[in-house]
Amino acid sequence: MIRELHEKLVAGEETSVGLTERYFATISEKDDTVGAYLTLLHEEALKEASAADARFRSGRPVDVLTGIPGAIKDNICMRGVRTTAASKILDNYIAPYDATVIAKLREIDAVMLGKTNMDEFAMGSSTETSAYQKTRNPADAERVPGGSSGGSAAAVAADEAVWALGSDTGGSIRQPASFCGVVGLKPTYGRVSRYGLLAMASSLDQIGPFGKTVEDVAIVFSRIAGSDSYDATTAAATEGKLFEEYLGRSIAGVTIGIPKEYFSESLDSRVRKVAEQAIERFKALGANIREVTLPHSSYALPVYYILMPSEVSSNLARFDGIKYGLSINDQKDSEAVTSALLETYLDTRRHGFGSEVKRRIMLGTYTLSAGYYDAYYQKAQKVRSLIRRDFEEVFKEVDMVFSPTTPEAAFRFGAKTDDPLKMYLSDIYTVTANLAGVPGISFPMGMIEEDGKQLPIGGQLMGKWFDEETLLAVADAFERQA
Amino acid sequence: MLSKEEVKHIAMLARIGVSEDEVESYQQTLSAVLDSFKELQNLDTEEIASIGHITGRTGEARIDRDESFGTEGEKAIQENFPDSEKSFLKVKSVF
Repeated sequence: MIRELHEKLVAGEETSVGLTERYFATISEKDDTVGAYLTLLHEEALKEASAADARFRSGRPVDVLTGIPGAIKDNICMRGVRTTAASKILDNYIAPYDATVIAKLREIDAVMLGKTNMDEFAMGSSTETSAYQKTRNPADAERVPGGSSGGSAAAVAADEAVWALGSDTGGSIRQPASFCGVVGLKPTYGRVSRYGLLAMASSLDQIGPFGKTVEDVAIVFSRIAGSDSYDATTAAATEGKLFEEYLGRSIAGVTIGIPKEYFSESLDSRVRKVAEQAIERFKALGANIREVTLPHSSYALPVYYILMPSEVSSNLARFDGIKYGLSINDQKDSEAVTSALLETYLDTRRHGFGSEVKRRIMLGTYTLSAGYYDAYYQKAQKVRSLIRRDFEEVFKEVDMVFSPTTPEAAFRFGAKTDDPLKMYLSDIYTVTANLAGVPGISFPMGMIEEDGKQLPIGGQLMGKWFDEETLLAVADAFERQA
Repeated sequence: MLSKEEVKHIAMLARIGVSEDEVESYQQTLSAVLDSFKELQNLDTEEIASIGHITGRTGEARIDRDESFGTEGEKAIQENFPDSEKSFLKVKSVF
């Protein structure tokens, strides 16, 4: 899609301002129902679009993403723009600086239409923990878009943006991509700078793109990747690589592993069928298919739900009612508390955070506390080593592994909100990529029928560290074969 | 299951005010989640090293230098700050 639009911009058949206005028109037509956006950036986006048009006219070098409108998840800082992470505690927060990914997009005059809804501080798998609004799945308005980057996925699926950025800590790009029927990439840990991303779990977080096609995702990914002195975990030697140039080739001879742990007896038979058809399609494209084992997969969810809340409890300590955001200072709630400072902490965090965020902060506080640290945090860090080792072993035999992205299609609103453990199971196939640090892509692999509706479901490929190009090439070949 | 006192203690450590009703709800959900971690204890990890950086990067540092954001930067910070007076940021007394 991006390439076609770019060619129209180059040929002068279309202007970025015209394109941007058209997307705003779609947003005003659809977003009352979809609810993808928290903040619209009308004025700013049209300014960016004019700058893009001027660049096309001036003959200065343009990029394929110049002038193409996209959407940004609301946990990524944009200078001068309200950035809430869908939390009441940041209701009035205006980011004073640009995240590195935003600075990179500004350099090429990409257009940013607005900030998208999400689970509060990216904690959730349905976008239902947003303090502001529901986002509805464009495929069925009675169902969730997935999460936590539900707004970004829904915006792309509903044609309210050409591309979007999300963040993925345990599946928050891939799971909503699967539910909404779009493509989403979680890059290798360290591929994209996290500077300016509101931190959730720093050892797992990664920013990545959404698009309608694998090529669109490859294009946006290439523009945001690269090392950054403001994020010491970013890796060098990725500069300037254009991942879209690795697409459209034959994938004959690529070996794809099928981890048997991901295809257990309990897998929904409809999902299994679609996944098996996908495997047949890979075979038809010339890929070798081999059954493999990732023996520690069943420990991934408990390891994730120990490490992530531990990091959350530390990262979210900064929201204290003192420096920015909500500050409750009325000394009304906790009469027994004599210190005004402590009272401000307790009241601000009590009323500013939603219940899932508070649950995870408390969980992490517990797992890191004296007497429990070894049994939980330390133990989980050791098992994380084993999970990484599983991938090292498997990549001696195969180039990547394939599974469904999610064990089911989009569920109805409220289906899992009362039981956190049920909600956490939504991440069962996606958390391993974050724990091992490997890249993962979700792409539409088929539809399954539920209650008379056709619902999209994604396939996931997880590849070797820093080998997004092979991952994208295989997903692209799959898409072209459709 | 976690006791009410334990939940209150954790909440205080986390600096989150909680009502009695909330204590009960957290007692249930936190205990259920902690129980789900038990299967990890079956795994022998005696000889396993704790993971370090996931892609193996070590000791990367940038040059530490002052950056001036000027009056615009000061203004941006002050506007986000809950309480300020003239060019000063106001915080509560610690004692």
